[in-house]
Amino acid sequence: MKRRDFVKKSTLSSFAALIGAELVFGSKMLEGYKPLALQDTDPYKLFKKNPNMVVLNDKPWNIEAKAHLLDDAITPNSSMFIRNNGLLPDNLDAESWTLTIDGESVAQEKTYTLQDLKSKFKHYTYQLVIECGGNGRAEFDPPAKGNQWTVGAVHCASWTGVRLRDVLKDAGIKNNAVYIGYHAVDKHLSLDPNKEPISRGCPMHKALQNETLLAFKMNGEAIPMVHGYPLRLVAGGWPASVSGKWINRISIRNQVHDGPKMTGSAYRVPCESVAPGEKVSDEDMCIIESMPVKSLITYPKSGAIIKTGNTLNIRGHAWAGELEVAKMDYSIDFGSTWHSCTVEKPANRLAWQHFAAAITFPKNGYYEVWARATDSNGVSQPMVLPGWNPKGYLNNACHRIAVKVK
Amino acid sequence: MTKDEAFKKYIKKVYHLMVLLFALFVATAGVLVYYTINPSFFELKPEPRTVYTEPIEADEDRIENGIHVRTGLIDAEGLMLVVNNCTNCHSAKLVTQNRMTKERWNATIQWMQETQNLWDLGRNQEVIVNYLVTNYPPVSKGRRMALTDIDWYELEN
Repeated sequence: MKRRDFVKKSTLSSFAALIGAELVFGSKMLEGYKPLALQDTDPYKLFKKNPNMVVLNDKPWNIEAKAHLLDDAITPNSSMFIRNNGLLPDNLDAESWTLTIDGESVAQEKTYTLQDLKSKFKHYTYQLVIECGGNGRAEFDPPAKGNQWTVGAVHCASWTGVRLRDVLKDAGIKNNAVYIGYHAVDKHLSLDPNKEPISRGCPMHKALQNETLLAFKMNGEAIPMVHGYPLRLVAGGWPASVSGKWINRISIRNQVHDGPKMTGSAYRVPCESVAPGEKVSDEDMCIIESMPVKSLITYPKSGAIIKTGNTLNIRGHAWAGELEVAKMDYSIDFGSTWHSCTVEKPANRLAWQHFAAAITFPKNGYYEVWARATDSNGVSQPMVLPGWNPKGYLNNACHRIAVKVK
Repeated sequence: MTKDEAFKKYIKKVYHLMVLLFALFVATAGVLVYYTINPSFFELKPEPRTVYTEPIEADEDRIENGIHVRTGLIDAEGLMLVVNNCTNCHSAKLVTQNRMTKERWNATIQWMQETQNLWDLGRNQEVIVNYLVTNYPPVSKGRRMALTDIDWYELEN
């Protein structure tokens, strides 16, 4: 008896026992191959994420970072949040991938291979803030429906691709164009093949911006599968759901796009502010566009104990949707007094800006360091929750960390 | 038999002998090479290998410490209705993360029926909604909560 065969057969039979079914053609399986049913379902290994990330949902996968994991100037994959509306697509093949530009307002429906896109159009690289519209939802009262994101559904990676504008213009945009809507290959939770989990988009003025990309690289490498390989729409400063993953079609619409999660209450807030818990009908809900001004203290991690007399150096990032952050302050007395931080210019438009400050504390005790960004229109982050809305979007209340001096 | 023929036969014999010797040499060399690569091949008894078969989860609806292990849901009246109707498409984590009133759960169920292929729950809907509002009630958080679960650590300068 050949030992190797023996080992292989016994492994196969234990596989079969685990799965509870015979492995037909099991003997033809490649050595070292594990049947799909037994492959890793550990999301941290599967998606190469930092073990301190938090899984909010495992079907569909929704995973968020913590503030201190976002300390890098450019967010690495390991700390990038994952937001999915549907199930991950399978069999993604870059070689045979195509993108079709269609819709009522396209001059000429056109299909490009990924290779066409890469060779025909100029490449651009931008650092872009992508934040989930529901980042901070967990704080709303009464509670809002959906994944209970705390602070970590935001990242600023470096994206490389071609301008959506260049591709749309190549296909031709009719004068009556209003909106673009993306379509992708992820699967609906119900597995109904006729349903799209999500198909959102943006008005033409956002679609035509320099920084709106059809990206094929993230941080200099192929986009990780869970973040949209092989082609992702990236629209910085707007709710992350505009930056569709696994894109294979973009429709130029003569009306506001009406795909799933564009209508009803999805990614919308009351057009006029409402009292907490108030019922709002769908027609009174307006689509979220630019995200509000916000910031995160990424160093130190909340809970630092420092020695009397020591200086605490804090740092973090601030961003303001379509705008720039003009001013950054911190407070150690719950907003009674504010002190300025240094804040850098963004690497490019729609990138987050890095801030820092050196803090000395007057005496021992428990402190909270609060950070507050102000955008170029003079609008600041609120210290309490901003206007309540039924779906819990746009919570840009000041971030804070706990510190003890003793 | 001519002298010539005898000579030819003799040569043939020598040839066969040579082939046999060569074959033996190759075989021995082969065995030696294999031995250096895989010495255990020559152990008479193959080491006993137990094929470990993990029993397939006997009770996939096992309850431990009042928790339905497979989904993490609290064991209470209506549990299996929630498991069977609410965890087919999405994870139970999506259910337990959300804290809603009866009215808002009913509205959410209606939304799932209208847009997400959720079936009619019939009389079970009341039991399901009761389970949710009883075991996962909304918690009042006000306009800003105190920081909790702080993981304190010494920060060296």
